[in-house]
Order: sequence, then structure tokens, then C-alpha cells
Amino acid sequence: MTDATAAPGAATIPGDLTASRPRAATRRRFRPNGSAVVIALYLLFLMLPLYWLLNMSLKTNAEILGSFTLFPRNLTFENYATILTDPSWYSGYVNSLIYVTLNVAITLTVALPAAYAFSRYSFMGDKHLFFWLLTNRMAPPAVFALPFFQLYSSVNLFDTHIAVALAHCLFNVPLAVWILEGFMRGVPKEIDETAYIDGYSFPRFFVKIFMPLIASGIGVAAFFAFMFSWVELLLSRTLTAVDAKPIAATMTRTVGASGVDWGVLAAAGVLTIVPGALVIWFVRNYIAKGFALGRV
Amino acid sequence: MALTLDGVSKSVNGQVHVHPIDLTLEAGTMNVLLGPTLSGKTSLMRLMAGLDAPTKGRILWNGEDVTGQRVQDRGVAMVYQQFINYPSMTVYDNVASPMRLLGKSKGEIDAAVRRAADLMRLTPFLDRKPLELSGGQQQRCALARALVKDAGLVLLDEPLANLDYKLREELRAEIPNIFREAGSVFVYATTEPEEALLLGGNVATLWEGRVTQFGRTPDVYRQPVDATTARVFSDPPMNFVDVTVRGGTARFGDVEAPATAATAGLADGTYLAGFRPNHLTLEAAGPDALTFTGTLAVTEITGSETFVHVDYGDRRWVGLIHGVRNLPLGRPIPVHLDPAHAYVFAEGGALVAAAPYAAAA
Repeated sequence: MTDATAAPGAATIPGDLTASRPRAATRRRFRPNGSAVVIALYLLFLMLPLYWLLNMSLKTNAEILGSFTLFPRNLTFENYATILTDPSWYSGYVNSLIYVTLNVAITLTVALPAAYAFSRYSFMGDKHLFFWLLTNRMAPPAVFALPFFQLYSSVNLFDTHIAVALAHCLFNVPLAVWILEGFMRGVPKEIDETAYIDGYSFPRFFVKIFMPLIASGIGVAAFFAFMFSWVELLLSRTLTAVDAKPIAATMTRTVGASGVDWGVLAAAGVLTIVPGALVIWFVRNYIAKGFALGRV
Repeated sequence: MALTLDGVSKSVNGQVHVHPIDLTLEAGTMNVLLGPTLSGKTSLMRLMAGLDAPTKGRILWNGEDVTGQRVQDRGVAMVYQQFINYPSMTVYDNVASPMRLLGKSKGEIDAAVRRAADLMRLTPFLDRKPLELSGGQQQRCALARALVKDAGLVLLDEPLANLDYKLREELRAEIPNIFREAGSVFVYATTEPEEALLLGGNVATLWEGRVTQFGRTPDVYRQPVDATTARVFSDPPMNFVDVTVRGGTARFGDVEAPATAATAGLADGTYLAGFRPNHLTLEAAGPDALTFTGTLAVTEITGSETFVHVDYGDRRWVGLIHGVRNLPLGRPIPVHLDPAHAYVFAEGGALVAAAPYAAAA
């Protein structure tokens, strides 16, 4: 009965409806919208940890430990100032960015020719080799921590940026090859041949014609390499001590004599998220294609 | 300028794709490679271009051995059946790219690109990317790129196969004219006999990796050297009937007739007679016409013509009949053939006597 009176235009229908009109209005105001609720809950669960991190980073230690506040009562940027001025803090970011950039550069330089070979030539054991590449990713990084530590120490690479960059290549190169091969396979072989017939040498063809065709694939591969290298903690911590210490390691080692500096740690966390968020923003349109590994 | 294939063959993993071929293609000629799919047209073209190395034999360009030469140094141009352009470049840059690699001056490149674009009617689209063009325009872009290179050897691998009917007819008429001026060696692969006849020049018929015949297109059409060539160079394929010649009479299937026309003066024995679909008629064409009684299996009506498929013994014949005919299927049907239209092949397939009508032409 209420449904019928609440139907569009019901109010204009002549008849004795005056009694039910206020009731209908009340009901309409509180009718929950299903999808809005779901989205609100989704955003709540998604954003709550991030918000709490941001919230903490803008509070003083006293406020964090002393009371439960939903937003900073005494807004302070002191924590950020500490990080951006103290070399022991900001060098962590610099170190991380150096080895991540190195790693992405090495990964792409190595993976591009490898993926091209897999996509264009058939040679003995090519399919096995291609699969074997992926099996490198099946072991957790912890497995390699000990051998890498010993190996890099013995060749005097311990505590250098290149050591971490190379160690991460073990995981990033196979993934990059896998992604790039999918994109390259989508480019017809006839384009290569037409280029050779037109007179392009191989390097020139590869850079001028082929790479623009798989630009989104290169972007996606670089993104995955960046992400892995940026968040990986165990190997980067094992292989560094002071000179190449990554930010994630700095964060886990900040228990001082005065206890944990909650505010600074939270600020460091916020700053650590920023580069990843920036990269995601730039490659967001290619991510879905990247997860399909170009095989669409 | 001439391209010479000297005993060139190609096999992959023990499978022979191209049997040894000797062929000389002269400059300024249109050479059509005619054969069904998998007959080795593309394999042969890739050998000519230098994309694949021959297993045996030599490839000569103006008498100079270029067998092992890099494809970049060959001076060839090639257009594929698929529309192959550089998607990241504009049409202008696509067409200009071979000339830039040759180190030509800017003005020279610009003039050549605009002339080619004009010929291919691409001028309004020079600033677009190839993938923003229609299929026909994409293929014209590829053709323009082949044109500006001014290569000595131009290979066109079924360039019109993926285009719609109207555009195909248009470009087929244009291509020989456009490229004729350049005076290069043209090689054009196609599966359609009709296309080979329209393009003229020379034709090489291919069958299972062998060149069965090479010569001027009308000559090959009229005087095929064997039954295979005749079958390839006829669409629908040539019809065949067994012939037994004995003492002045020729027995075509079940029909006995005096040995006249192509069968006249043949030694006694069994032969194979072949005739083209347009020579199979439903009405007796003349006093000499032979009458066969077959079973009508299928009729296909294409606007103004009717293809009748007739089973005669264990052979299937196709006749091309003018006009639209509604005929009852599965019934016996009398069909006629003038012996003057029959080619006679030996049992092995070699031509014994050409049809008199063709020899006279």
C-alpha cells in the first residue's frame, strides 16, 4: 500500500491520500541506497589505514600516545621537517630511489632483447627456458638472502646500490620478459621485415619503430619492476648497512633510546607511499593491459 | 636489370617448400606468380627479397651473386597481403622512411612523397596515423612506400586480397601503370587466374612448390604445358575427361566420335582431355559437339551467369552458362562439348595437343 502511494506522481492523484502522505515522505528519506552503502564501506576500509597514517604523521607523539583523536588537535609538520632535514632519514629515500632506478634501467635493458628473442625466434628449448624464467619468481626472496649476502660480500659489492639493484633483477627480469614478450607477440613479424626491406638496421628499427609500438608494455614492465624493487625489504636490508641503506630499513630501525618516535615514523610512511602513488597515477591506463600481459 | 634464380630451392625441417627453380625476370616486366594457397608463392618471394636464404642455388641480380646479401642492401621493396605500415609514424613519415634511410635530401623526399601520395590519393591523409585510415588507404600507404623507394625489384604479395571488390578492381587497373614508369622488375603474387590475365606481362604458374610454366601470360593461358598448369590457370578449375584413341576414333568417356581436332593424328592410347568451364554448354554448339549425360549436382547463380556442377562418372565438371537457369537438381542432364575446345594431355599430364581454338588465336 505504501509502495503504491509512493509511486511517482502519487501525490497528484486525486483522492483520500492525505493520511499516508507524511508517512511516505518519512520512509523515503531513510531508504538506504544499496550501491552507495557498498561504496561508502569500500572507501572506508580502503582509506582508513591511509587516513590513520596521515593523521598520525600530523600529530605530536604526546597526542598519539595520550589520547584517541580522529584528527590532529595540535596540527604539526614537525615530523616531516625532521625527515627532510636529518640526513639519516632522507638519505634512505635517496638510496632507495637510486637502486630502484638502477634496477628498472637494468631490467629493461636486459629484458627487451630477451623478450624480442623469445617472441621472434624459435630455438632449442625456447619454451622450457621461457617457463623456467618464471619459476625464478616462485621462491620467496628470503631463500636468496643468505647466498646473496655471502656472494656480494666476497666480491666487495656489499652495501652498494648496484648490489640491491642486481639482486632485484632476479625477480624483475623474468617478469619483465614475460610481460614484454606478450606485447611483442602482438606486433606482426611483417613489420620487422618491412623495416629491414626499407633499409632499417636492426638497432635502428628496434629503437625507432619497434619500441614505440610496445611503449605501453615497456611502461607496464617498468612499473612492475619499480613496484617490486620499491617495496621489497628483506634483500635490500640484508645487502646494505650504511651507505646504501633503503628507507624501509631505516623505518624498521628507528627504535631510539626514548622509545619509538611514532610521529616521525608515520611521516616517513606517508612519504614512502608518495613515489608509488605517483607512478601508479601515470601508468593507471595501462595497468589492466599489463595484468593481461599483453595477451588480450 | 634482371633477377635470376639459379636452381634455387628451400626446405624447412626436411620439408621441401620450394623445389629447384630456374627463372629470369627482366626489368620493366610484370611477372605474376599464380598458384593456389600453399603453392609456394610467398616462400619464393621471400627468397627473392632476401628475407630467407635458399637451401640450395644462387640468386643473381644483374649477374651479380646476391644470395648471402643482407636484405637491407638488396634494394627491394615489398608489399604484404596484410596492411603493414609503421603505426607510430604519420602517413607522411611512413612513405618518407625508405628515402630518409637512403640519405636523400629533404626537398627530394618531400617531392617524391607528395607525388606518390597524389598517385595513391593519400594527400588529405598525410598527417594521419595509418591505423586511423581505412583498409584500402592503409594498403595504398604501403604501396606508396614501395613506390618512392624506386627499388629495382618490387614484390607485391597478394596486395589486393584483403580489399573489398570495388577497391580491388580500381587498384588492379592502377598498379601496372603506376609501376611501369619505374622500369623495375615487378613480381605480383595472386591466387586468381583472372587477376593474372588482367595484369598481363608474364606469368609463372606454381603448384606445390614447383614452377610448372613460365611465359607470356596469354601464351601460358592458351598453351599450358601440362594438366597441372591448366588446372591452376583456370577458375573454376579445368574439367577433365578420359579419352581413348583407337584407329581413328576417339572415345571421350562413354561418347565415341571420329578423332578430329586435338585428337586427330594421335597414336592409339589413353589420354586426358581438358576443357574450360565456359566451353561446357547446355545447348549443342555445333554439328561436331559431343553430348554427355551427367547428373546435375549443384547450380550457383551469380547475377547474370550460372555455374552448373555436373557429375560425369567419377569426375565433377563445372560449366559456366550465360543467363539464369533454374534446373532440377539430381536429374540426368545432357551437356555438350565441342571437341575443338578440348586440350589433350598425356596420362602423365604433359600437353599432347592444344585445343585448336587456342592454337589458332
